[in-house]
Amino acid sequence: MNAVETKNLTYKYSVGTPFETTAVDDISVAIEQGEFVGVIGHTGSGKSTLIQHLNGLLKQTSGEVFINGRNIWDKDVNIRDIRFEAGLVFQYSEYQLFEETVYKDIAFGPKNMGLSEEETDRCVRKAAKQMGLDEDLLERSPFDLSGGQKRRVALAGVIAMEPKILILDEPAAGLDPAGRDKVLEEISNYHKDSGTTILLVSHSMEDIVKYADKVLVMNKGQLFCYEDVDKVFSMSEKLQEIGLDVPQITKFAMCLREKGIDIGGDIYTVERAKERLLNILKGHN
Amino acid sequence: MLKDITIGQYFPGDSIIHRMDSRFKIVLDILYVVMLFIADNFISLAIAGLFIIMAYGVSGIKPIMMVKSLKPLLPLILFTAVLNLFFVKGTDEPLVQWWIITIYWEGISTAIYMIVRIICLIIGMSLLTYTTSPIVLTDAIERLLSPLKKIKLPVHELAMMMTIALRFIPTLIEETDKIMAAQKARGAELDTGGLMKRAKALVPVLIPLFVSAFKRANELAMAMECRCYRGGDGRTKLRQLKAAPFDYMIFFLMLTVLGFIIVDNMVF
Repeated sequence: MNAVETKNLTYKYSVGTPFETTAVDDISVAIEQGEFVGVIGHTGSGKSTLIQHLNGLLKQTSGEVFINGRNIWDKDVNIRDIRFEAGLVFQYSEYQLFEETVYKDIAFGPKNMGLSEEETDRCVRKAAKQMGLDEDLLERSPFDLSGGQKRRVALAGVIAMEPKILILDEPAAGLDPAGRDKVLEEISNYHKDSGTTILLVSHSMEDIVKYADKVLVMNKGQLFCYEDVDKVFSMSEKLQEIGLDVPQITKFAMCLREKGIDIGGDIYTVERAKERLLNILKGHN
Repeated sequence: MLKDITIGQYFPGDSIIHRMDSRFKIVLDILYVVMLFIADNFISLAIAGLFIIMAYGVSGIKPIMMVKSLKPLLPLILFTAVLNLFFVKGTDEPLVQWWIITIYWEGISTAIYMIVRIICLIIGMSLLTYTTSPIVLTDAIERLLSPLKKIKLPVHELAMMMTIALRFIPTLIEETDKIMAAQKARGAELDTGGLMKRAKALVPVLIPLFVSAFKRANELAMAMECRCYRGGDGRTKLRQLKAAPFDYMIFFLMLTVLGFIIVDNMVF
């Protein structure tokens, strides 16, 4: 069974006015249980609109969305249950914090699910631990924390609902390099521990390469491709044509090829580039 | 959703009305309101109505926008009309007399006049905001109120506050939408339940909204201070408001029409 599946998903803004625009255009994609999917695309390519359909925050103009095999807009499906099943963390998620203490804020989701006190407590502590938040932070006000900590509290607030699918919109945007690595590292560990399906929207190709197994590429509202990381970055030229960045090391390999040194079209990690370059250098000696 | 609010909306354009001096536009609008309430017969109201429709024609604002600006105030218009219809007493025989309802010919005519007046008033005011950007509008208000500086009214500060408030309305609306979506994703129920439940459900939306509004205010104040903003003293304008011959022309036309209506009222 696919964790997430869309069939001919289309979403139009301002239908019936001169401003009508198709933000998401006929997308059919199936994401398997337990996968770590990177979602990339140029600004305005429809990534954020797409992911808001996966937990029913937006209702499609036409097409269907399935979460764990259930059509989320079926009459006998409660859309709130879908939101607990597919947790969505927005960009700059620290803006959603509102409670007096970190603990209470993380507990907001589980409480809305109707969990008992003990269950909520277990979920909150577990989520806080997974996001690398110390126990003594739980009683502090979320507004006193640093930016990176706030972001992790917001993430914990969604993870505490123990969603089977976790959708993250640029979880590391605007953080300093250390905070960035920490947040992404915690997410990756969480993925490994829990086997949760993860969709990670990011502008950083380096992050996608490092963490994702598969990549979903959006272009102008349409699905450009949904493939393994290897395959996607072997099409570097095509990615650049649709205005996407490629990892720096891939650019480096492309430059080398222009100068007549071909180290292969599948370079997207520094390790592999190093290996190939060393091989070539050895061959010369 | 919240994005559909149209109050104070501005449609950029390059019509004569758009290019008019915004001070004149405000004064003309005030004179127009005076005119509407002085006019109390068919001819003068027809002139007032024609005037605003012509202005819309020249401005290039779509006629549908007139209807849109009226929509939120429709209940008020109907209420006024109904009140006038039933409670205005005439001197002649009543037209209808049934149970407690008596309708006089004067009631009907007053109700119609009232409807026309309010409609003209609203679309007249809307034309001002449709064709004048908020920044220019507050600038004009500042200039018009500047004589009040003599009595120590902080005119510049008030205008600056208004500019800032107007500037941040769309930002705050966008932010509210975002926070609402984020809390909904955590299972908050914002649009179901009774009044108390809904009011309580707004806490997770309002607190983050206030926090970020205060933060934004702080940052803005800091940014303004960094650029040495110290209020209105000795401050010059980048865009000087300049009255063109056309502005005076329209102004005198308006005065003439107003004079005509006053004379018209006295004669008939």
